Amino acid sequence: MTSKIIVGLDGYEPDNRALAYARRLAELIGSCELVLVYVIEWSPFSFQTAEENAERHKRREEEIALAKSRVIEPAVSALSGDGLSVRGIVRHGDVAELLESIGVEEGAEQIIVARTSDKSLSSRIFGSSTANLVMHSRLPVTVVG
Amino acid sequence: MNRFTAIPAALALSALPVVASAQEATSIDAQVNAAFAAVTGPFVSFIFAPLPGTNFPWIVLWLVVAASIFTVYFGFIQFRAFTHSISLVKGDYSDPNDAGEVSHFQALATALSGTVGLGNIAGVAVAGGSGGPGATFWMILAGLLGMASKFTECTLGVKYRNEYPDGTVSGGPMYYMSKGFAAAGRPGGKFMAVLFSIFCILGALGGGNMFQANQAHAQIANIVGDYPGWITGVLFAGVVFAVIVGGIKSIAKVTEKVVPFMGVLYVLTALIILLVNIDQIGWAFGQIFAGAFTGLGVAGGLVGALIQGFKRAAFSNEAGVGSAAIAHSAVRTKEPITEGFVSLLEPFIDTVVICTMTALVITISGQLLTDPETGLYILNEGGSIQTVDGNAGVALTSAAFATGFSWFPYILAIAVILFAFSTMISWSYYGLKAWTYLFGEGKVVELVFKVIFCIFVIIGAAASLGPVIDFSDAAIFAMAVVNISALYVLMPVVMKELKSYQARLASG
Repeated sequence: MTSKIIVGLDGYEPDNRALAYARRLAELIGSCELVLVYVIEWSPFSFQTAEENAERHKRREEEIALAKSRVIEPAVSALSGDGLSVRGIVRHGDVAELLESIGVEEGAEQIIVARTSDKSLSSRIFGSSTANLVMHSRLPVTVVG
Repeated sequence: MNRFTAIPAALALSALPVVASAQEATSIDAQVNAAFAAVTGPFVSFIFAPLPGTNFPWIVLWLVVAASIFTVYFGFIQFRAFTHSISLVKGDYSDPNDAGEVSHFQALATALSGTVGLGNIAGVAVAGGSGGPGATFWMILAGLLGMASKFTECTLGVKYRNEYPDGTVSGGPMYYMSKGFAAAGRPGGKFMAVLFSIFCILGALGGGNMFQANQAHAQIANIVGDYPGWITGVLFAGVVFAVIVGGIKSIAKVTEKVVPFMGVLYVLTALIILLVNIDQIGWAFGQIFAGAFTGLGVAGGLVGALIQGFKRAAFSNEAGVGSAAIAHSAVRTKEPITEGFVSLLEPFIDTVVICTMTALVITISGQLLTDPETGLYILNEGGSIQTVDGNAGVALTSAAFATGFSWFPYILAIAVILFAFSTMISWSYYGLKAWTYLFGEGKVVELVFKVIFCIFVIIGAAASLGPVIDFSDAAIFAMAVVNISALYVLMPVVMKELKSYQARLASG
């Protein structure tokens, strides 16, 4: 039976540490698929102008294409070159919620993320995505420092 | 600073030394006002022509009858589907795979930011000032009935929108008129679409622009003292120009975030004032009911209150006007009827909740003067109710709120400016969609409309309230004439969608 591991990426340098750890773990497990997930932060309850709404579908497609070409595809091709089974997913929504729900949907063993680099005021007040994931996830979460 | 933003900034700066020459400037205002009133007079007279042998404007009857017919035809859908509408807005029925697309909430919030604004603050004061508290009763009734009109037009807006290959969408009455009529094998759809587009452009320049600029100036002048309106107009036009022509999205983005906050603050303040005066709420509702059926001495009595109530409700929530169908058509849904359900919340929030709160605060504040002996309202020479300091429009609302919180006029001034600005941005989009429907897409074509839009900001701020309100109402109601005619033809399409959706919902 193949194990699955979810790796949450945010497009910044710490991703490399999370990917390196995931690769090591996959090699140790043997039969293991890595599912790389990039979540575009999005709330259905945000406010937009009529013009933004009219262009939203187009922008969404552009955001997904950009995330795939800049984050997911380079990571997938780097790991696939090592003979690992890897695929990528791009979604819109809340990072912590989606990583967890995709992990549950996929029947993953655990979720791996890098330690957050987010030092914004909102993350200090409301907690970072990583902290929220650790607090609320039903699956084991590994935070790579 | 790019060249587009440099021009209005230079205009604004060059305006400042002229403040000193106030007399000359005021005469510019007077000239603008006289010219504007003369040009728009015949159009206004036609729209507000009374029914033969009465003083009841035919246009008000047109709106009321339409809203009532839609209410009955769809089996009081606004009450039956109310909780389902809230579930849709909460996202209970949303497809997770559509995350990142325009949600029901966003479409509703965008449409609301175009309607919640001065209509709720100044419009209610105009209704109260002319029609007394009784106008509020008719306003609430019009709001409740208008929910069915909104349901009909927004369903059609989504069903017949244009989806372009690049992923952008355009929707609104002009599209359901041309495409919907063609699909139903009815002639005249294109003609109506053109007519609607012309009125939509006038509506965008009137209610969506001049009325906003006018009342924003009134509010600022109320705080800092009187000064020529065209100066406010030039400053406002500069900012609007920077956003819609210069593409400075950050200003619009900030506004879109602050406006909901101001809306909540406005409602909370009204609630606090009402709670503090809770012992008077029963009396205020008494005034509203008594005024609704007797007029309590207002000009025109019962009919006067009714006309004012219905006029201001239509102006505030725009049900049947067709503007909301443009805003709602961007939502991502496979079921056009779901956007109809969501949109029916709009007149409820706008008119039934927010306008009623404003009206209650004005009534309780005692700003409207009554004769202690008869209990009837005292009228001034113009036929409006006398107020404590002679205030009208937004100044009356401001004075009423100041009786609860003396600092509130400052908050209200900021709210009015932001609401006015946000409504202008929304309507510049509605007007632009109508403009491009008529003249085709293209940068030059769009620029021409945007420049005209900015010029009207200046005219709106300079003209006096009377002609501006008349023209704004007339332009918006002219949209309703064409739009509602189309809704009568296309309402069986909405019924078919409704029945199909209800059957599928029942079968899970």
